[in-house]
Amino acid sequence: MTTQILIAGFGGQGILFSGKLLAYKALSEGKELSWLPSYGPEMRGGTASCSVTISDEPVGSPIIDHPDVLIVMNLPSLDRYESTVKKGGMIFVDSTLVSRKVQRDDVKAFYIPSTKLAQDMGAQNLANIVLLGKVLKDCPAISRDYLEEALKKVVSARHPEMYELNLKAIDAGYNYTE
Amino acid sequence: MAIVFEKPKSLTSKELHYCPGCPHGIIHRLVAEAIDNLGIEGKTVGVAPVGCAVMAYDYFSCDMVEAAHGRAPAVATGIKRALPENVVFTYQGDGDLASIGMAETVHAATRNENITIIFVNNAIYGMTGGQMAPTSLPGQVTQTSPYGRDVKVAGYPIRVCEMLSALDAPYYIERVAANNVKNVLRAKKAIEKAFRNQIEGKGFSLIEVVSACPTNWGMTPQKALEWVEDKMIPYYPLGVFKDKEANA
Amino acid sequence: MSEKVLMKGNEAIAEAALRAGCRHYFGYPITPQTELTAYMAKRLPKLEGGVFLQAESEISAINMVYGVAGTGKRVMTSSSSPGISLKQEGISYIAGADLPAVIVNVQRGGPGLGGIQPSQSDYFQATKGGGHGDYHLIVLTPSSVQEMADLTHLAFDLADKYRCPAMLLADGTMGQMMEPVALPEETNCKVEKPWAVTGTEMKREHNIINSLYLSPEVLEKTNFERFERYAKIEKNEVRYESYMMDDAEYCIVAFGIAARVAKNAISAMRKEGFKVGLIRPITIWPFPKKAIREAADKVKGFVSVELSMGQMIEDVKLAEECLRPVLLCNRAGGMIPSVDQIISVTKELVEGGRK
Repeated sequence: MTTQILIAGFGGQGILFSGKLLAYKALSEGKELSWLPSYGPEMRGGTASCSVTISDEPVGSPIIDHPDVLIVMNLPSLDRYESTVKKGGMIFVDSTLVSRKVQRDDVKAFYIPSTKLAQDMGAQNLANIVLLGKVLKDCPAISRDYLEEALKKVVSARHPEMYELNLKAIDAGYNYTE
Repeated sequence: MAIVFEKPKSLTSKELHYCPGCPHGIIHRLVAEAIDNLGIEGKTVGVAPVGCAVMAYDYFSCDMVEAAHGRAPAVATGIKRALPENVVFTYQGDGDLASIGMAETVHAATRNENITIIFVNNAIYGMTGGQMAPTSLPGQVTQTSPYGRDVKVAGYPIRVCEMLSALDAPYYIERVAANNVKNVLRAKKAIEKAFRNQIEGKGFSLIEVVSACPTNWGMTPQKALEWVEDKMIPYYPLGVFKDKEANA
Repeated sequence: MSEKVLMKGNEAIAEAALRAGCRHYFGYPITPQTELTAYMAKRLPKLEGGVFLQAESEISAINMVYGVAGTGKRVMTSSSSPGISLKQEGISYIAGADLPAVIVNVQRGGPGLGGIQPSQSDYFQATKGGGHGDYHLIVLTPSSVQEMADLTHLAFDLADKYRCPAMLLADGTMGQMMEPVALPEETNCKVEKPWAVTGTEMKREHNIINSLYLSPEVLEKTNFERFERYAKIEKNEVRYESYMMDDAEYCIVAFGIAARVAKNAISAMRKEGFKVGLIRPITIWPFPKKAIREAADKVKGFVSVELSMGQMIEDVKLAEECLRPVLLCNRAGGMIPSVDQIISVTKELVEGGRK
């Protein structure tokens, strides 16, 4: 099985980090994967996206034209990518930052106020991780297995305290009910 | 019979191709004498320029590398970084060092790269037949400044030693001349010092040698040497511009 | 092979170079290869004899490479398209002086300042000379992060073996993407280099690293001798991947990221019953001419998939000797052909064959 995940938002929201976490999780699971960032001249505030492909087979193209799973953290990303999602695919939306609903009825949409939940935790910059918690809960193709192992690899050794905080953020999303 | 004069050991027996009256031969000899005196021929790597001295690689008996036009300081940087225990020098003309290779020159200087640069300034592109150089004097007639160097059009000559002395890093910068016995002897001392600095790990040393080009200046060798004294040296004053040892 | 780690393509090149014994790197910042320079800046100062230097320009960087290569030590520089243009003079000198060195080009769209998105539009520059004079580079084109590492290692070995600069021709996607990679083992490569300038120690005649020969007879001789070496490279070092070609009726030719997209297109078309295969050149100089020529006897046509206005297609046409139609499927300026586009052009070829 191959799962193509597209994560999109503003630069600085941790879009690439979310992708990295999924990539390391897949590596820990012994799966094949590719992680491809968009790269642009602006380091902060511009649009950012990240394509993660996880598969049991060697990954063909790392470029994702039609994702199985779309994770969006701003309105322009939803506007841009909603129509590209595969029929029967899933769209996860940070509903604090994106006011509108998904318009298609041939995909499953999930809404979670991840930025607000992160703010409530006192960690606004972990909204991406809260949102990812929801993905781990509701997306059958991406389980919670090996999350801790992956998190240890991506959280900087200089900030070990961030590990616990990230786990808390995952749980906040994982346990959230609409 | 006692030998009173002979070819320095670190020159090959290859016949020089330089024009009659050209001081390059003298300056080659000064470099070779310095190498001999310091006993470093076996560990020296020289870098030849593009210009009249392009075939210097055939004349020095140490290992040699021929660099692209202006790039000798970058090439020398590579060699010195790879072989820090060896002695690395470049031998460059004014077009090579102060025009096309100015960036390489300035940045090697500001890194205090531990190399020795011998910079021969004769105010003209010799090998290509006498075009205006970055160091051609105001009013100087050349093939590409046939009405004399017009500073409004071509700008002013660059005084390399003065310019590099403004940098914090370089260790030793001196200007000498090869136009008479007194100046040649002074040049010899400066060049040897520039090599000694490198052996002692002091850093970047550049010796500018004010020289002549009788062929392209259109003068007899004697007249050309007088022109060095009368025109060049007033514009390019001789002396030590930077010596961190003296300042220490 | 070691345990797989996740790395960006650019970092995999850097780490593989270190493991191939490269201790000298000279670079200048340019997107999208900067991670490579940054990796070297971090690692080399910590290694014995390691030299990292940010040069004042790409021109200086390649000439520093020339200097180190002359001493016989393994050396590398990297850049992206506009920077590689600046290095061409130095590359020509390195080729002319018969020095081994590795040059990495993580391509971006051009011409001019172009853009920063992935491209393959330096194909001509890499394979047809680039700088002045009669010379070639060995040009390797990775198609995965694993190959970014493996081919870097190979580039050093081939450069030493043939005294010839080798280029790793990647693109922005390959440089930026992460994949699991098993890094090559450390090698302690000791190739004899009696030509190197290391100081004569007064024990031998002086060595001269040089590309100047004022006598045309002598210069011609050096050219012929160099091309004898190139002939050996063409004979021994052609590398390509043949993918689903056994029963193929249509052959896609693509390298790098284009080959990855092509594989997805082939899977989709095979499900529809189209017998499509892929020849993926891994060396684009030497180009896998024989493989293409042999395929021409079996398939009904070719599609050259490229991130350029169509450069490799000329080599494909030369190799297949006008036996079959060759269509171009391309995007340019930093765009990448999609799976749908490749399918659509390949179907055009199928339709054309039926007419």
